[in-house]
Amino acid sequence: MSVSDMQPPVVDLEEQQFARAKRRESIAKWALPAIMLALAIYSWDRIVVWNDIPHYILPRPGLVMQTLTADWAMLSDALWVTLKITLMALGVAVVGGVGLAVLFTQSRYFEMAFYPFAVILQVTPVVAIAPLIFIYVDNRLAGLLLCAWIVAFFPILSNTTLGLNSTDHNLRDLYKIYGATRWQRLRYLQLPTALPYFLGGLRIAGGLSLIGAVVAEYVAGTGGIGSGLAFRILEAGYRLNIPRMFAALLLIAVTGVVIFTLASLLSHALLHKWHESAIKREN
Amino acid sequence: MGQRDELLQMSNVDKVFNGSVEALKDLNLTVNQGDFISLLGPSGCGKSTALRLIAGLMRQTSGQIIWNGGLNEGDLGVVFQEPTLMPWATVEQNVWLPHRLRGKSMDDVRGDIMWALKMVGLENFQKSYPRELSGGMKMRVSIARALVTQPRLILMDEPFAALDEITRHKLNNDLLMLRDKLKCTVIFVTHSVFESVFLSDRIVVMAARPGRVSAEVTVDAPYPRTEEFRTSADYADLCRKASDALHGAMNQHGERASA
Ligand SMILES: Nc1ncnc2c1ncn2[C@@H]1O[C@H](COP(=O)(O)OP(=O)(O)OP(=O)(O)O)[C@@H](O)[C@H]1O
Ligand SMILES: [Mg+2]
Repeated sequence: MSVSDMQPPVVDLEEQQFARAKRRESIAKWALPAIMLALAIYSWDRIVVWNDIPHYILPRPGLVMQTLTADWAMLSDALWVTLKITLMALGVAVVGGVGLAVLFTQSRYFEMAFYPFAVILQVTPVVAIAPLIFIYVDNRLAGLLLCAWIVAFFPILSNTTLGLNSTDHNLRDLYKIYGATRWQRLRYLQLPTALPYFLGGLRIAGGLSLIGAVVAEYVAGTGGIGSGLAFRILEAGYRLNIPRMFAALLLIAVTGVVIFTLASLLSHALLHKWHESAIKREN
Repeated sequence: MGQRDELLQMSNVDKVFNGSVEALKDLNLTVNQGDFISLLGPSGCGKSTALRLIAGLMRQTSGQIIWNGGLNEGDLGVVFQEPTLMPWATVEQNVWLPHRLRGKSMDDVRGDIMWALKMVGLENFQKSYPRELSGGMKMRVSIARALVTQPRLILMDEPFAALDEITRHKLNNDLLMLRDKLKCTVIFVTHSVFESVFLSDRIVVMAARPGRVSAEVTVDAPYPRTEEFRTSADYADLCRKASDALHGAMNQHGERASA
């Protein structure tokens, strides 16, 4: 080996700039939202102090946190109830949405017959259906679950149906040439093809099932033991306990963010090996 | 070369789409064991349609396609213009597919899979995902998948058309080597006169509207064919011959269109 071979690799100016820009971006990706959030909370606090806003109109962020810890026993119970309904609704939406989508792709006629019902359920606002549901369904939990499910299942159904129908036509021919059964085609070709579509639907449905659970509880309105965050907000509103309203609201927002993050992580875990959406390219 | 056994016979095959588009009209073709046949012709002359009929992906409107000894499982291998791999599956899982669809577990056929991958020079890429491979390597995986059942007939529909010239030459050479080792029969669709002359022992030139056989050129150059063959005078002569036949086929089409 000659000496010239030992020299460090040449990094030109553009490459350096590029590397620096990338590093800056990766820091900003986390730092910027954190700073903006902190800034927003700080200005909220300042606005309350400077304008002498009474806490029963707009509490300071600190007071919200105090309330959150003081009322934690009650609020955590409520959080658990809302969370339970949300996750159960999401679970049923996944099973129902994927199940229906599979049935739809197995038979065009089945799809023609039942797709309109899915659309009608989807386009009718859940607040409009909910009162009826609570008249017909005695069990409160079942009613809440039904409402949340109606909101959440459609994105999963429509995304999964689209995915199951998006198989590569050459691969379909190949399966036919090799004599694949319906079941083999579904399992080895259609379901994997539909996976990224389904996961996209799951991310939307996660947020929607939370919305569905909250909205349904507003409509259901009855309280007592076993009531969720939405009812606690209503109740605190009647009593003009604004800090508690904020505390409950905060819990709902955090729950939504956590659900979305988990769905995104799941998506990444399942797709990063092969799917274009999960592949990071230079430039 | 000696007389070859007949493998497949297409006689008086017609295919009409939508009651009016005559994709194939009165197509006659005999495929013998060990043949390397190129289907050469202008776009829309029914080359892919002919392959799809042979593969059983659709039925002819009339006429007959007869397999000598019947068509059994694993008799056919297919390679399309795109590699057509499953992106979520590794290289070995992709090659496993034909066996898997016949209910065989990976462990049962690991030997076959490794053999097929070795044939195309990818034995070190079993665990790779398609996106990690270059275009030429993906095509090799596709070929390995077609080989894995040791089929009697391999159908290839413009398999190298989307590759660059250097990769295409390399794959042409490797395909001939494979075919020499396996003694398999190949029907190869291409738009390239040069490719068809380099690879095949029979070139079936097709004309369009309606799709039919217009001429057949026999390439009597001996195998193995190497890069030297590409630059030989024989090769140039044969290319001219095939090219003339192709232009003949296109003019027939032109006369009909203007008439
Ligand atoms: N499924 C179909 N329905 C209707 N028409 C079709 C269908 N498939 C093929 N055709 C028509 O049949 C004719 C032959 O098509 P084919 O794809 O076999 O041509 P080709 O020789 O493979 O062309 P290319 O070189 O462009 O691939 C064309 O005119 C095409 O439009
Ligand atoms: Mg074609």
